[in-house]
Amino acid sequence: MTDTLTPVLTDNWDADRAWTLASYESRGGYGALKKALGMDQDAIIEAVKDSGLRGRGGAGFPTGMKWSFIPQANPNPKYLVVNADESEPGTCKDIPLMMASPHTLVEGVIISSYAIRANHAFIYVRGEVLHVVRRLQNAVREAFAAGHLGKDIHGSGYDLDLVVHAGAGAYICGEETALLDSLEGRRGQPRLRPPFPAVAGLYASPTVINNVESIASVPSIIERGADWFASLGTEKSKGYVIYSLSGHVKKPGQYEAPLGITLRELIDLGGGMREGRQLKFWTPGGSSTPLLTDEHLDVPLDYEAVGAAGSMLGTRALQIFDETTCVVRAVLRWTEFYKHESCGKCTPCREGTWWLVQTLARLEQGQGSEADLDLLLDQCDNILGRAFCALGDGATSPITSSIQYFRDEFIAHLAQGGCPFDPAASTAFAAEGALA
Amino acid sequence: MSISTTTYDELTQIAARYPHARSGLLPMLHLVQSSEGRVTPEGIEACAEILGISAAEVSGVATFYTMYKRRPVGDYHVGVCTNTLCAVMGGDAIFERLKDHLDVGNDETTEDGKITLEHVECNAACDYAPVVMVNWEFMDNQTPESATQLVDDLRAGAEVRSTRGPRICTWREAERVLAGFPDGLADEGPVAGPASLVGLEIARERGWTAPGDSASGRTGTPGGESRAAAAETADTQRAESETKVEEGK
Repeated sequence: MTDTLTPVLTDNWDADRAWTLASYESRGGYGALKKALGMDQDAIIEAVKDSGLRGRGGAGFPTGMKWSFIPQANPNPKYLVVNADESEPGTCKDIPLMMASPHTLVEGVIISSYAIRANHAFIYVRGEVLHVVRRLQNAVREAFAAGHLGKDIHGSGYDLDLVVHAGAGAYICGEETALLDSLEGRRGQPRLRPPFPAVAGLYASPTVINNVESIASVPSIIERGADWFASLGTEKSKGYVIYSLSGHVKKPGQYEAPLGITLRELIDLGGGMREGRQLKFWTPGGSSTPLLTDEHLDVPLDYEAVGAAGSMLGTRALQIFDETTCVVRAVLRWTEFYKHESCGKCTPCREGTWWLVQTLARLEQGQGSEADLDLLLDQCDNILGRAFCALGDGATSPITSSIQYFRDEFIAHLAQGGCPFDPAASTAFAAEGALA
Repeated sequence: MSISTTTYDELTQIAARYPHARSGLLPMLHLVQSSEGRVTPEGIEACAEILGISAAEVSGVATFYTMYKRRPVGDYHVGVCTNTLCAVMGGDAIFERLKDHLDVGNDETTEDGKITLEHVECNAACDYAPVVMVNWEFMDNQTPESATQLVDDLRAGAEVRSTRGPRICTWREAERVLAGFPDGLADEGPVAGPASLVGLEIARERGWTAPGDSASGRTGTPGGESRAAAAETADTQRAESETKVEEGK
């Protein structure tokens, strides 16, 4: 029987100076790299395929399959790009990972680049996390000095250059093709697919783009085996992941567990909801995944079960809100976010998010009428599936799901001519009287 | 003010890090902000010249990203997260209090040029909500009182440390690091903040591990031996594969 929590990626976060090469290597770090360099490159891809690892950045696409799409006969250079632009509201797993143990990621980058025959790799990290950028820069410098990066790595004949690239503030750059445009020094706007990045990605060359946690999981698969990894999790959702609990719980934070744990288990592990309060609504994987409620406490948090419950596992960004929170206020704020972050490339998203804010803001102030709820749903219907990328789709998730579960609360705003909630009651410092 | 020779050389160095020079544009604009205090017309011209593209193309990029500023920024950029979770947990109250206390609006700078206040989007620290960023360093678990004290300390020149990082540097110093010129402070601050460790602490208390690990974590335990064994296996495998190649000749 597997333990409830299974620290792998987080296992060294309590080690002294875990971010340093010395600390990482003292725990066996870079052992997987040595093993990988002795393996056939296709065997590494097979191992990652066999492990069942699926993308940890939200979409859940099988990582090994993504790698196998790289056309090795293509004469252009191959590239590996790590998506470290962690910006989906609620998502906060990659930042602590890169701060605590950047070498886990760097080792994963080297093994993954070797497997897909890339001699250039990039870590595209959002710019708004200065200390994480420092730790990454330092880890890459240390890895070069130790011969883990550079020319003829450990006598293997394999060369790899790795650049840490800081972004400049744009949520859309977490979308992989917008990230590529940004990394090419352009405005971060998504590209039409096909061609997919595997065929024509960075500099129109074959490119693999993977999330931080996906790449960081690779060393453990190589070291302990695909079977070991696949022994964790559920039938189609293999392995361990980091669950990020935030909001109105006693112990917000990072919990690493096999896929399939439930929200009830996670909240209980942390001692429950904050004192005297009940769960009202939550996001399973960031604000772009439809809201769930206390009806869904026992849904196994894997790709399939959360999908069957009408939402998406996303990035396991579990934002927890209790009954002091106004769902209309929460959804309006997310909608304002999508409006702000819409890149402007396509009309349904650029104009649609603007209209959503107008309609919602009026409702939140208790103005408008019940017909505006249908108007909102109609607006969502005109965005979902019609936008150029997933940002537009994501913008509709909080709205449609909140109307589905909390229609009465929207109507209460109309009936009372404003928000019936006291925003002070939902703050972290509500009990301390710190607002006074 | 024209760009100094030193800065121009460094901009050129950034472009040289990449297989295609234009990829350097984002870090180059960070460096322009570091040396000029904002994205200036001269900085845009310099980037355009180095990359062989038009100033309009550089401007198009500079205006797309929120971290690039066309007006001077204070020594300390204070970003209050007002995305939903932080807002609900108190970010809205903090932002209101700071606007009032500093007598500035969103994206405005105090008269003494010390503080620029801005509300920011989710900064990937939701388990520390409500979060304030100072020059993109984490200031976790804030209250209106602590945030007020924070800006007062910054204005007074008192030492302020990030809750998960070093002593706060200036905005221009921070921008230099983002341009890819390290400041040697990577070893400052903790490995992780308290919230990052809650799951791991519970696992340690209850003796929970990933399959094959020992309960006390992997340091100096059989976990380490298994890694050594793995390395041996790797060497063996490699030797075997090399032997096979030899035999195949």
